[in-house]
Amino acid sequence: MNLPLNSSLTASDKNPALATYRETLAAGAPWLKELKAGQTLRIHDLEGNQAVDTLFYSAAEPRERYDVQRTLRRQQSIYLTTGTVLYSNLGNPMLTIVADTCGRHDTLGGACAQESNVVRYAFEKRYMHSCRDNYLCACAHDGRLSKRDISANVNFFMNVPVTASGGLTFEDGISAPGKYVELRAEMDVIVLISNCPQLNNPCNAYNPTPAELLIWD
Amino acid sequence: MNESLLLDETVPGGGHASLIVKRGQLLRLTDLRGGANVSLMLFNAAEKTERLNLPDTLKCQHTAKLTTGHCLYSDMGRILAAIVADTCGWHDSLGGVSNQQEVAEKYGVGRYQELRNAFYRNGTDNLLVELGKWGLGLSDLLMTLNLFSRVDVTDTGRLEFVAGNSSAGDYVELYAPMNTLVVLTAIQHPLDPNPEYAPKPVKLTLSAADRQVAEICRTSHDENVRGFINTDRFFL
Repeated sequence: MNLPLNSSLTASDKNPALATYRETLAAGAPWLKELKAGQTLRIHDLEGNQAVDTLFYSAAEPRERYDVQRTLRRQQSIYLTTGTVLYSNLGNPMLTIVADTCGRHDTLGGACAQESNVVRYAFEKRYMHSCRDNYLCACAHDGRLSKRDISANVNFFMNVPVTASGGLTFEDGISAPGKYVELRAEMDVIVLISNCPQLNNPCNAYNPTPAELLIWD
Repeated sequence: MNESLLLDETVPGGGHASLIVKRGQLLRLTDLRGGANVSLMLFNAAEKTERLNLPDTLKCQHTAKLTTGHCLYSDMGRILAAIVADTCGWHDSLGGVSNQQEVAEKYGVGRYQELRNAFYRNGTDNLLVELGKWGLGLSDLLMTLNLFSRVDVTDTGRLEFVAGNSSAGDYVELYAPMNTLVVLTAIQHPLDPNPEYAPKPVKLTLSAADRQVAEICRTSHDENVRGFINTDRFFL
């Protein structure tokens, strides 16, 4: 296993009993919620190697949103871990990763969709559930976001290394049951999650599982 | 390239442009002086909420760099463009574009008032201006593809800009299997360490092409066979 060399595993001292919000998000389900500046969100990989596909928007101006390319070049590294600042498309810090017991998270692999499943796997996969279906459904009910707002997301707990020759590989996960990541909001943000329902990819052992979400003030 | 020439135009360094490359046409971009960078975006001209999706493009072809044989996918599983020729071998999907603040921090202030059309432009604003001409805006400014530039990733994940990836005369050819709105700016790569603001010009050459030129892309991955079928179904 190719362990992350530059990551810093950082445990949190936050007490789950004191969280102001604590829910389990079922495998394959969407989640949309506002996080106020200063609040901390923990995403908890309950059973291990579950992809939690996540997007962030400014609550005040949802056209301002997470920008993968700015985030990567500002930190000069493709992996997200403790200390990573997630930047917006306007160059503002949106959230900071303040704890991480997994060590590496992907932001290049994107989210699954009916249409990309057809390309990647087979035409008969078209009618399987997908992250983009979750995103579109949550956006439609919320009303502030639409398809145009769905951009490249973070895949918490996924391991997608880039090789020296420019290859992109989906490695076995480095997460495990009980690993978690915590993000502190630097502005009021909308958090949009699809707890990935992908059944065609070995990266989650073909077994989508629930994730726990906790918020502290 | 012997096909009928439809357009031959040079975008100066710092310039921005957009055009629809119709189904069956070929757009060649040529680095005239060496060291150019073109930040590129692609949209379905008929339904502009459909646009280049770099994560889908990269994961279905298991690559982070893009070169000959690769297809550029939309979020709808269709192929907006196929890279049918490329003499420099590596185009970057990671670096994106700078904004005004980043350009000012790197190169200093270069205002129009003093510099006229040599003023310091930035990729974000250039693309926003060009997107605005088609009714598009900030919500549509997604990950960009940086043609002619190379950024390596070390085994610890660190990004390293590789100078000299493209020489004078290097070119890349994009075949459009659907009507594709191309939005671009010829502007320095954000990770280019050159401390001088010195974006390079790029020539655009548009011609009609035979679909056969894209066979190298269609057959390079099983995924692309399905991608071309998806694309053709848009024109049933």
